[in-house]
Amino acid sequence: MSKTRVVVTGLGATTPLGGDVPSTWDALLAGKSGVRTLTEEWAIDASVQFAARVAVEPSEVMERVEMRRLDRSEQFALIASREAWKDAGSPEVDKTRLGVVIASGIGGVITLLDQYDILRTKGARSVSPHTVPMLMPNGPSANVGLELQAKAGVHTPVSACASGAEAIGYAMEMIRSGRADIVVTGGVEAAIHALPMAGFASMKALSTRNDAPSKASRPYDRDRDGFVLGEGGGVIVIESLEHAQKRGAKIYAELAGQGLTSDGYHIAAPDPEGSGVARAVQFALNDSGVDLSEIVHLNAHATSTPAGDVAEAHALGAALGEHISHVAVSATKSMTGHLLGGAGAIESIFCILALHHRMAPPTINIENLDESVTIDVVRDQPRPLPAGPIAALNDSFGFGGHNVVLIFKSYE
Amino acid sequence: MSVTQAEVLAGVKDIVVEVAGIDPTTIEMEKRFNEDLEVDSLSMVEVIVAAEEKFGVKIPDEEVTKMTTVADAVNFIVAAAK
Repeated sequence: MSKTRVVVTGLGATTPLGGDVPSTWDALLAGKSGVRTLTEEWAIDASVQFAARVAVEPSEVMERVEMRRLDRSEQFALIASREAWKDAGSPEVDKTRLGVVIASGIGGVITLLDQYDILRTKGARSVSPHTVPMLMPNGPSANVGLELQAKAGVHTPVSACASGAEAIGYAMEMIRSGRADIVVTGGVEAAIHALPMAGFASMKALSTRNDAPSKASRPYDRDRDGFVLGEGGGVIVIESLEHAQKRGAKIYAELAGQGLTSDGYHIAAPDPEGSGVARAVQFALNDSGVDLSEIVHLNAHATSTPAGDVAEAHALGAALGEHISHVAVSATKSMTGHLLGGAGAIESIFCILALHHRMAPPTINIENLDESVTIDVVRDQPRPLPAGPIAALNDSFGFGGHNVVLIFKSYE
Repeated sequence: MSVTQAEVLAGVKDIVVEVAGIDPTTIEMEKRFNEDLEVDSLSMVEVIVAAEEKFGVKIPDEEVTKMTTVADAVNFIVAAAK
C-alpha cells in the first residue's frame, strides 16, 4: 500500500536569531551568532555565563495577562504556532481532523523552580494555581491545541534533544494512518535558568568559553568544548497532499519519511560506533522512498561537543557511504545554540527552507576543522543547492540514546 | 482595621485587572467573576490569595465557592476586616 504523501504548508519560529521565520532565516544565511553573555544575577559567578536567548522577548508580542498563565516554553509554542498557522493561510478545517504534536525536552522547568522558590519563601497558599498546567511537558502542545480547537489528538513525545524531530515524525504518522488531515507540529524549549545550566555544566556538556560567547558554539572545530544552551522553538503545519491541494495551499516541501532507533549504550554519551544513527538513516531512506542520490543537504545534530560531533560524522559516513561527499552538511547550532527539544523542529524548518530556496545555510566558528571530520561541511558562506528533485536529511539525538532522522523532499 | 466598601471594591478591581487583564471600568459589584469577567476557577484562586494579602483577611475555601459576584467578595472582605 502506498503511503499518504505529507507536505509542509506553514512555518513558524521564535529563535535566538529572530522573532519569526523570515528574520531567523536571514540571520542564519548571514552567519550571525545568537549567543550572548547572560545579564541575570545568577549567571555572574556561574561556570557558564552565556546562552542563546530568543531575539524577541515574548512580552513584545504577547499580552501580559496571557503570559502570566503560560510557562515560557508555552509562550514560545503559541508564538511559533500562530505564525505557522497564519503562514498556512489560517485555513478553515474540520477540527476533528486537526492534530497538534509539539514537544519539549524538559517541560516547564522555569515555572517549577520559580514556584518552588515561592513555596519556600511565601508558603503553599501562594503557589500559583496555574503551576501544574504551566510545568507539564505537554503544556505547549495542549495550549496550541486549545487555541486551534484541535480534536484529532494532541500529543507530546519526549526524547530530550530529539523531541522536536520525534514530534514531527509522530505528526506525519497521524496523517499517514488516517487519524488527521492536518497537524501543527514542532518543538520548543525554555530552560535557560540557573539549575538546568548548572546540571549541564556539571556533566561537562556546556562550553565554558565565557570570554567569547559568540565563538563558543563551534561544531567540527578542533577546539570545540561543549554545546551552548539556546531557547525558543519551531512549529510547522503539515497536511496530506490531497488536503493541501484541495484548499490550494502553498507547499514548501514534502515530509517524506522518518527513521527511529535507540542506542542501548549509555544514558548521555553517544555510541562511538554510531550504529544506531546509521540504522536510523537507513530506515528513513527506506521509509521515504527517496533515492540516496537525491540527498544533497544534511542539517546535522552537531552540538559542538568533543565526542558527539565526531561520532555523528562517522555514523553519517557509514550510513551514506561514498555519497556523503555529495552532501552539503550544515551545523546551524553554531549560530542558534542548542534548543534541546526545539532543535529538531527549527532544524527541520532550516531543511525545508534550504530545499525551498535551494540554499544550504553556513556553519560558523570553524577555525581549524577537526581532522577526523571528513564530511563536506558548509563553512562561513551559504551554498547553493542543485536544481531538480532534491532531498535533505535532519538528524537529532537525545540523552537516553534516542536517534531520529527526518527526510524532506523538494516539492515540484 | 476597618475598610469601606468603596476601598475594597477599588482593591478588588486592581487585582482582577492584574489577573484577568480586563478593562477596569467594566468591573462592577453585580458582575459575575466567571461569566462576566473571565475569571475562571484557577484565576479565582489568584484573586483570593491576592485579596487576602492586600486586606489582611482570611477567606476560607468554603466561602470562595459561594462567591459568584464581585459584591459577594467585597462584602465578605469588608465584614472580615472589621
